Amino acid sequence: MADGPQTDLLKTALYDRHVAHGGRIVEFGGYALPVQYKGIVAEHAHTRDAASLFDVSHMGQVVVTGPDHATTIAALEALTPADLASLAPGDMRYTVLLNADGGIEDDLIITRPAEGQEPDGVMYMVVNAARKHHDLDLMRTHGAADITYDLRDDLALIALQGPQAAEVLSRHTDIIGKLGFMQAGPATIAGVAVNVSRSGYTGEDGFELSVANTDAPKIFDLLAADDRVEPAGLGARDSLRLEAGLCLYGHDMNDAIDPVTAGLIFAIGKRRRTEGGFAGADTVLSRIAKGPDDKRVGIRFEGRQPVREGAELVDANGNVIGRITSGTFAPTAQASIAMGYVPADIASEGEAVTAMVRGKPIAGTIAKMPFVQQRYYRKPA
Amino acid sequence: MTTRYTTDHEYIRAEGKIGTVGISSYAQEQLGDIVFVELPAVGATFKKGDEAAVVESVKAASEIYAPVSGTVTEVNDALSDEPGLINTDPAAGGWIFKIEIADEAELEGLMDDAAYADHTA
Repeated sequence: MADGPQTDLLKTALYDRHVAHGGRIVEFGGYALPVQYKGIVAEHAHTRDAASLFDVSHMGQVVVTGPDHATTIAALEALTPADLASLAPGDMRYTVLLNADGGIEDDLIITRPAEGQEPDGVMYMVVNAARKHHDLDLMRTHGAADITYDLRDDLALIALQGPQAAEVLSRHTDIIGKLGFMQAGPATIAGVAVNVSRSGYTGEDGFELSVANTDAPKIFDLLAADDRVEPAGLGARDSLRLEAGLCLYGHDMNDAIDPVTAGLIFAIGKRRRTEGGFAGADTVLSRIAKGPDDKRVGIRFEGRQPVREGAELVDANGNVIGRITSGTFAPTAQASIAMGYVPADIASEGEAVTAMVRGKPIAGTIAKMPFVQQRYYRKPA
Repeated sequence: MTTRYTTDHEYIRAEGKIGTVGISSYAQEQLGDIVFVELPAVGATFKKGDEAAVVESVKAASEIYAPVSGTVTEVNDALSDEPGLINTDPAAGGWIFKIEIADEAELEGLMDDAAYADHTA
């Protein structure tokens, strides 16, 4: 059995709430966070059926400030391959921070504040917990001199995810009707200033609420008091994102893998694919032109045996041809599912693959991702 | 009939020469939802402490060690379709395998109910 969490871990503003709700606390990204409350499978199912509350305050919320919008956008486009110039106020974009070799230093979401929400030249960014200080160093070192990057450790981030999330939140704010998937804006909930994003990492409709640490428990309690809402931990978050086909940094991608190989070409703006001008552009653009050697794929295995990170994929002669980067027995898909890397020539749906688990071969098939249909809310045009 | 526990949270319930092995209620709660069990082969022989089975939750795989030396006489095939029996009924329906105990003296080195309760307190 695992030992209890280390004592020197950071705590989010909601730590006491996790303990009060019976959360089992573990270390994640340097933080003491709940891996589960009642159970991973129940929390996973509740997120798909109703709405779950997740504390994602460990993630790095960064405010980027430049002298004006164009200057800030130019600086961020030098660091990432996203088309950020085309972001309308209140729009969010998923992208990656790249090194000079095109390797992924982190994945992140960049948001253009809503009209009038911030002075001209300000953008928001959310990066991974374990990478936030690394990312800040990288951006400050390679970024333009007239841009500042402020890590907002004074802010908490609460995710409300699931098909009933919109109804639940609508009781407290009218901003919901204005937001489609990957759109954000300011709201007041129970007298508290909240930046509401229609986003998340579960494959469901949902919201992420950025709120001052001091106000976070109040917002958490307000939402947790709704009969439709249950708290959920990191375990469910991981199985939900895997079913949704979403990558986890440090597992499904890292600084030696470029976004083309990782299947994240959608994180590279079309304009940027012709213009370049971002860190790692040479490698990334040539990889797009020639095609990658390996590709990230989804795999469905026969039976119930989970095939986890690190498991090797072998060919008929037992030669290692690839590796699993995430895998579990998926609660909603009711199947052993995984992500991993295989040579591009076999990276198509329906190809047979074999994984080795404790010396035994497990038969699988390359499968379409997501494993469970994403149900994001698209605003009618 | 005596039930004994290992420090790794396996139990063995001995009836004569045959011991029924599973994991304690404390252990199943710590592991969380069990989604897969790799059972040993009937006829397999283990020394005390050998890896005999694997129990997997959504998050992780955990080895189950033979609490005593012996030969596997029966495995709980119901776990193949319903691994969650280990969560719902660890002491009875969620048993994992039965072992013919090679040396009953090995049982004496394991914890009884009271000692195990202290161990998990």
